[in-house]
Amino acid sequence: MDIKVLGPGCKKCGTLAEAAKKAVEELAIDANVEKIDDMVKILSYGVMSTPALVINEKVVVSGKVPSVSEIKELIEKA
Amino acid sequence: MIKSIQITNRNQIILVLLSLPIWYFLYVNLQNIVDFLTYTVFGMNKEAHLTEAVNFFIFETPKVFMLLVLVIFGVGIIRSYFSPEKTKNFLAGKSTFFGNVMAALLGVLTPFCSCSAIPLFLGFVEAGVPLGVTFSFLIAAPLVNEIALGMLAEAFGWQTALLYTFTGLSIAILAGWLIGALKLEKYVHEWVYEVKTGQTEIDTTNLSFSERIQSGLNSVKEIVGRIWIYIVAGVAIGAGAHGYVPEDFMANLMGKSSWYSVPLSIFIGVPMYSNAAGIIPIVEVLVAKGAALGTTLAFMMSVIGLSLPEVIILKKVLKMPLILTFVSIVAVGILIVGFIFNFIY
Repeated sequence: MDIKVLGPGCKKCGTLAEAAKKAVEELAIDANVEKIDDMVKILSYGVMSTPALVINEKVVVSGKVPSVSEIKELIEKA
Repeated sequence: MIKSIQITNRNQIILVLLSLPIWYFLYVNLQNIVDFLTYTVFGMNKEAHLTEAVNFFIFETPKVFMLLVLVIFGVGIIRSYFSPEKTKNFLAGKSTFFGNVMAALLGVLTPFCSCSAIPLFLGFVEAGVPLGVTFSFLIAAPLVNEIALGMLAEAFGWQTALLYTFTGLSIAILAGWLIGALKLEKYVHEWVYEVKTGQTEIDTTNLSFSERIQSGLNSVKEIVGRIWIYIVAGVAIGAGAHGYVPEDFMANLMGKSSWYSVPLSIFIGVPMYSNAAGIIPIVEVLVAKGAALGTTLAFMMSVIGLSLPEVIILKKVLKMPLILTFVSIVAVGILIVGFIFNFIY
């Protein structure tokens, strides 16, 4: 599974990356959490409000920081 | 499982509805409660400066928080109906003046954090939103915000908060319109025009009512968690000044009679950066100590509407001549507002 956190480096983006890592850890799945701060790449996902969460190349959250349990649900749904 | 979620949702709505009359009762009786605490429970001397300062602090702090919580909660619910993506699609290809008006209004209503100013700018440009219209959005978004409105209403009443909203929007509309008319597109970095944006399928505005309430509560938690310390510090400074600094202390420097006070306070305010929460208690002290309202508002607008960090962020996408034009036009707008307020009050 491929998980990306899109954000230019504000505080919320870091929080989301931490939460995503924690969710992956708690689910004990094989997934790679990557942080993307390149603006052009962020835009290529059509995201205008950061931070955003991308699972398997699909944007699932944009503009807010979901809780760890919400991220776990999103991962399980993907 | 589904049933239990529905019940908690309903409980949440009921809880919110119940807390409104409690809020109102506390708010209306706050001064009495605080007087009872200071004079009767603490047994403090009514005449002393210290009593006045303590009374002011324990009255003002909960009052500011109560108003802010209500305003942020309400705005949080309203904002859950808007998203930058929808705003962008709406503004794409709008004619200039009408587009500027809509962009300024949407700048206030759309959830926006200055840290996403760049993706937002790129998205707008790529969608074909005119440059001047984009600026109307970018000027209005930080200038007219829920924190500023809540604090202004608390300090100077609803009329002043409304007048502030109206003048803030006017600055955003006219400044954006002017930037559009000057045709400054060549001062946007070339790479901006080559960015290709994708499309997301998620719609962040499609929520049930209880999700909207949740989103209002979340913004209260997020914003108050971030700014409470500035409020307490600001009110503490205010309380200190309340008991000890003479009433007309600022009258000479920032009073109505000295016309140069407006440009001077903008000159000081522009490089400064603070959020509205930190600046308004200070503004309140200034006004209480004899500073003119227009001068003080101009100072506040230039602190929260224009700032060095913002200019540094914008430098990634804009060339210097455009940034300087933007800052000067907005500063002139604030100058005019300062003079108008000083004239009216």
